[in-house]
Amino acid sequence: MKRPLLLWVPLVAFVAVLLLFAGRLANPDDRVVQSRLIGQALPVFDLPAAASDRPALRSTDIGGGKPRLVNIFASWCLPCAAEAPQLMALRRAGVEIDGIAIRDARADVDAFLKKHGNPYTRIGLDARSTVQMALGSSGVPETFVIDGRGKIAHQHIGDIRADDVPKVLKQLEAAR
Amino acid sequence: MKALLALLLCLIAAPVAAQTALPPAPWANRQLPDPAQEKRARALMETIRCLTCQSQSVADSDASMAGDMRSEIRRRIAAGEKPKAIRAWLISRYGDWVSYEPTAAPILWPLWGAPILLLIVGVLLLRRRIGKGR
Amino acid sequence: MIAEAGLIALWLAAALAFLQLALSALGLWGGKDELLGAVRPVAVTQGVLTAISFCALVALFLRSDMSVLLVASNSHSAKPWLYKFAGAWGNHEGSMLLWVTVMGLAGAAVALFERALRRDTHMATLAGQAAISLGFYAFLLFSSNPFARLSPAPANGQGLNPLLQDPGLAFHPPTLYLGYVGLSVAFSFAIGALLTRRVDAAFARAMRPWVLAAWVLLTLGITAGSYWAYYELGWGGWWFWDPVENASLMPWLAATALLHSVTVLATRDSLRAWTVMLAVIAFSMSMVGTFLVRSGILTSVHAFAVDPERGSFILALLAIYIGGALALFGWRVGAVREGATFRTVSRESALVMNNLLLCVILGIVLIGTLYPLMTEAFGHKVSVGAPYFDRVAGPLALALMLLMAVGPLLRWRQDQARVVAKRVAVPAVLLVLSLVVLLMVGAGTIGVLPLLGLAIAIPVGVASLAPLWKRNLLRTPLFTWGMVIAHLGCAVSLAGMACDSAFTVEKLVAARPGDTIRTAGWTLHFERIAPIAGDNWTALQADIRASRGGGAVMIKPQSRFFTLPPTTTSEAALLTRWNGQLYVVLGQEADAGRWQLRIWWKPFVTLIWLGGIMIALGGVLALIGRERRGWRHKWQKGEA
Repeated sequence: MKRPLLLWVPLVAFVAVLLLFAGRLANPDDRVVQSRLIGQALPVFDLPAAASDRPALRSTDIGGGKPRLVNIFASWCLPCAAEAPQLMALRRAGVEIDGIAIRDARADVDAFLKKHGNPYTRIGLDARSTVQMALGSSGVPETFVIDGRGKIAHQHIGDIRADDVPKVLKQLEAAR
Repeated sequence: MKALLALLLCLIAAPVAAQTALPPAPWANRQLPDPAQEKRARALMETIRCLTCQSQSVADSDASMAGDMRSEIRRRIAAGEKPKAIRAWLISRYGDWVSYEPTAAPILWPLWGAPILLLIVGVLLLRRRIGKGR
Repeated sequence: MIAEAGLIALWLAAALAFLQLALSALGLWGGKDELLGAVRPVAVTQGVLTAISFCALVALFLRSDMSVLLVASNSHSAKPWLYKFAGAWGNHEGSMLLWVTVMGLAGAAVALFERALRRDTHMATLAGQAAISLGFYAFLLFSSNPFARLSPAPANGQGLNPLLQDPGLAFHPPTLYLGYVGLSVAFSFAIGALLTRRVDAAFARAMRPWVLAAWVLLTLGITAGSYWAYYELGWGGWWFWDPVENASLMPWLAATALLHSVTVLATRDSLRAWTVMLAVIAFSMSMVGTFLVRSGILTSVHAFAVDPERGSFILALLAIYIGGALALFGWRVGAVREGATFRTVSRESALVMNNLLLCVILGIVLIGTLYPLMTEAFGHKVSVGAPYFDRVAGPLALALMLLMAVGPLLRWRQDQARVVAKRVAVPAVLLVLSLVVLLMVGAGTIGVLPLLGLAIAIPVGVASLAPLWKRNLLRTPLFTWGMVIAHLGCAVSLAGMACDSAFTVEKLVAARPGDTIRTAGWTLHFERIAPIAGDNWTALQADIRASRGGGAVMIKPQSRFFTLPPTTTSEAALLTRWNGQLYVVLGQEADAGRWQLRIWWKPFVTLIWLGGIMIALGGVLALIGRERRGWRHKWQKGEA
């Protein structure tokens, strides 16, 4: 009889939904939006200087041989202040770091760098988040590992903690 | 009960406490002079998801990144780009998640197929009920 | 002391729920018939105890007793008393206590007032209600205790989220919960009927008033929530297809289908399986909604109490109750006699098609809401929002509207197509006329869906009045009036939605004090901007003189700053006229001296919520009408 079988369909459908919920509870979404450009070339951009004592940043400056980091930060961003020591440590280890300051102004960037140290080789000012969007970055702070050929090798979302430093160094090695 | 955390979360979205000291981007809160272009821009903005909010479109959000995205959208529409191209550009950066308008990706086909399936099942169930009758 | 009293009352209520379940189970299936006499008093006492517990929590909030963790986390002594009162349910634990209280009171009401059911079905219903309550009592007592103490007690609390500090909080959650949890009664009725194998017309007639009451409250709750979001969130939108909003819409869709299905069962003793299934689905959707809101698996503007551990507890409750009910359904409904087949042109067929469309829309909303969860399981993140729902559910809803126009004009059992065609001639002509006029006026500027919506709303509105045509209005039964007003309310709401989508005019300006802005026939003179203070906030208020060919009115949009917790909200200024609403929002300072103003003229937007109120009113009239007829029959038979 067709009818009795039909009557069990709602229960079966419900069990499927239950399993979905259980799965999602066990494996919660990390709420993080990854850039889709990982593995692709760095987009072309040309930003004015953000700090008084560092040159401006162009995409052509990055990707000339040695892997480097591009750090998206801002003077108004608290976790950026928290990751500053880690960036200084990476700089001391010989890593080249370029910065992009988001929605910022020169005076504020200068003050921030004076207070927390300046690990950057160049810093670009992205006042309208256009380069941030072009990179597929969704917030600050984020750090991109760029390999020797100008391709985006890795994206680190959030501030770099002390135990993230060896990981970043390894990624830079792998990106040679 | 249903805590409306929209504004709160947009302004205090992790990991930032404030969002910027700068005034909003030029086209964030200004309408395009051409009404047809503004309409296209608005239609697009309502279907692009804000990246730093909890489920809002950039048209509905107070967050400064949303303002920058609105400004970028309007700037590109004013420069003559088609809404579809702008959406595709954003999707190429952030993935399907950033667009409320479902893309043509195969993983979304069941989404469109489901209503049709439901209707067919419903009509089949209906046929057993409606007929010559007693 | 009060906190402890509240907690003890809650434990006692839980114990009584267990007793209620045990007594009815033993009485019905253990052969101890004499125990059944105690079930009703136990149910009533349980309801009273939950009410006491809830009153204790409210008292704690009103007294700002900071030694209670919940009060310290969500309240502050400087708040206005209304928000101390309503803040009791403006958080997870308090709202769960509200849920359990409504459930207890609903059970008490069924115990006290339900007379039409056979005794065994009545007892089984109360058993079902007790069984469901037990799970939620357990959830409250073991995982979300509202009366937990905090030691040492802080001097003052963290305050209530400013977005909730609004009269809407006093109204929207309680009505919504009365609706959601009211549907638990329908669920229990279904369980009771399945257990005692009594799915028949008498059961439908007994269940109908409970379904109507819950549905009316749910309609009011959703309407209030929509209006609250509209004026509070400051962007002029009234529905966002947000997962939590969908979570309130799904029970409503199921309840509407149930309402209509119950009528068929009551009148024609048919659609038994459908009716029972819908009763189960309606409350199941309420429970799924609670899960989605409180587990944090879906991102939402409304979500709170993001806690996977609590989520797991609710998931377990879902599995037991919904799984159990659906299993019972599969097992017992097979034995229930299938009903008659309906003729193609008859009111029964129209109601069946109505059910079908409502269930398909329900399915679409459910699938759309859960789809991002499903794709995430495959590692792919998507967003499903208005573009999907509007495009898929919209046309189906319009088809439903057309059906709604024709359905009440059909006779029961059988009708002739030709005769029906004559009855719908006038609305049909109106439909064509509206389409033509709207196409001429707005082709190209108005979207397809809003255009169709408005074109359909007008004839459907007229058609909904048709059942009153050529009738003595004073002798028309109240429930017919109810049906007419509810259906008219649907058309009115649709017209409001369509007008808002089609004709809203938006203007964004960066204005200086002294500037004049002209839009949509309005002249707005931005006079000044000045700071202002309130109970627990300070604000920047813009004074704007608005006029439209005549008298001017001052409107004062504000940008408010709260300190506890630190937040900025935007208080829109609304100016309502007969043909629309002027909606003005004050934004940030643009350049030196210039302020961002967002101005909307929304023609006929208030019809959306007016329609919602009409729908609820129609339901109330239908409820009173049916009950009165029931009393009159009993009186005539000398049973009262």
